[in-house]
Amino acid sequence: MDFITQLLNGLGLGSIYALIALGYSMVYGIVQLINFAHGDIIMVGGYALYVMLVIAGMPLWLAVLAPIVVCGLAGVLIERLAYQRLLTHNAERISLLITALGVSIFLQNLFMLLFKSDAKTMPPMFGSGVFELGGLSVTYSTLINIVVSVVMMIGLQMLVNRTKIGKAMQATSEDAGAAKLMGINTNKIIIITFAVGSILAAVGAVLYCNTYPQIKPTMGNLLGLKAFVAAVLGGIGSIPGAMLGGYLLGVLEQLTKAYITTEVTDAVVFAILIVVLLVRPAGLMGKNRKEKV
Amino acid sequence: MALLETKDLGIVFGGLKALDDVYLKIEEKEIIGLIGPNGAGKTTVFNLLTGVYTPTKGAIRFMGKSIIGKKPYQINRIGIARTFQNIRLFKAMTVLDNVKVAMQQHRRYNVVSAMFRLPPYWKEERKMTEEARELLKIFDMEDVAEQQASNLPYGQQRKLEILRALAARPKLLLLDEPAAGMNPTETHELMETIRRIREMFGVAILLIEHDMSLVMGVCERIYVLDYGTLIADGTPEEIRSNEKVIKAYLGG
Repeated sequence: MDFITQLLNGLGLGSIYALIALGYSMVYGIVQLINFAHGDIIMVGGYALYVMLVIAGMPLWLAVLAPIVVCGLAGVLIERLAYQRLLTHNAERISLLITALGVSIFLQNLFMLLFKSDAKTMPPMFGSGVFELGGLSVTYSTLINIVVSVVMMIGLQMLVNRTKIGKAMQATSEDAGAAKLMGINTNKIIIITFAVGSILAAVGAVLYCNTYPQIKPTMGNLLGLKAFVAAVLGGIGSIPGAMLGGYLLGVLEQLTKAYITTEVTDAVVFAILIVVLLVRPAGLMGKNRKEKV
Repeated sequence: MALLETKDLGIVFGGLKALDDVYLKIEEKEIIGLIGPNGAGKTTVFNLLTGVYTPTKGAIRFMGKSIIGKKPYQINRIGIARTFQNIRLFKAMTVLDNVKVAMQQHRRYNVVSAMFRLPPYWKEERKMTEEARELLKIFDMEDVAEQQASNLPYGQQRKLEILRALAARPKLLLLDEPAAGMNPTETHELMETIRRIREMFGVAILLIEHDMSLVMGVCERIYVLDYGTLIADGTPEEIRSNEKVIKAYLGG
């Protein structure tokens, strides 16, 4: 029973990684950019929630909408202001990567300026009770994390596979040049991708703040890095891969904490990443791209 | 008024004149050939007409309006669609989806109704699937509709590219070496199909091709490019006996 409890806790944590990993993976799939500012979107979402809930004293149901709107807008704004020109002029991928790092540092410093660099405590929000069944005991928030992430994933799959926007996303990700010539406004598709990725991250931010009720301007660093690892583990560019990678990372982390030691959790997790990539360089669900010679 | 007209069209790539003084005139429902030795600038003409490149001089008028400065997706939507010399299908998508993604851009139903499966979504989606299947019938490809595009044999991939271009309901279809890699029987079939497509869709066709049997057999007029300039234009008979053309092809 203890093992199952730990497994559920891992999945609860993994749900947050998965939601964030989706944003990395979608953006990478469509413009081959590792958007290092994506982790900071969570931080932006955290502060949006904090402002609404603590400073403005809004009711919870209204406050949780703030990160969704703010992150969605932030994602679109970052794409328009920082990346779009580089993308339309076919800039080197390395320039995009450096720009992404720049955006990340900018956001962190902006929020340090606005809110000081010390950590802020979030008030308890939802699901703090404990669910017990037999020997099983997990908090409701853990279960909420899992359910929400699964629902979001199903919604995203439907968006990508069943709608015209989703089909256009797939076409753009495969061959943007050809997609343009088939009447697809690829610029619009890219913006939508950033918005969707950031909204998923916002949901991740709400769940994170509920589970680990503390925010600070640099919180996006490790969280973003782990979600990025999850995306690579699952196979970057693959949506189910990002989810799988997220859950797997969360479970591995939790089991390491529970059965090995808390101190070396990250070392164990990253060691596993290295091993997985040695065996499957394209990630668990990634496709090996065959290059024609 | 001609369907498409270019005047004095030219483009310079870093000091190199890739195209200069190109005058083309295509009437509705005409089938026109664009030929020339390798590197003559044929595909560059396609790239200018579809907005991939912006010309450094000259004019392109489509249905009486200039299309210079318009983006590729806008040009596709106003009625110029194309295929590629090296096949560029969306390989991970199904055959049906390849066609649908190219036709859906002028469809209107919103994301919300799609996510929640509201009636407008179903209606539109069903109509599109029917239309896409109709298109596939042109090349007898209904039975491979659900297959992944990358699993098709080469000849069918070429055909699918033509169908994907037609899905946008263009008024002008640009075919870049449609017969490349086809055997004589397939090429002959393709000739019939090109005529059939013109009748069915009322579309004008401009095609780049090295296979002279196809060009001479199907085109009503032919333009010949060499080193980025037009050296001849006329009926297949005129082109066949044109001194300059023979020289360009045989050298000397």
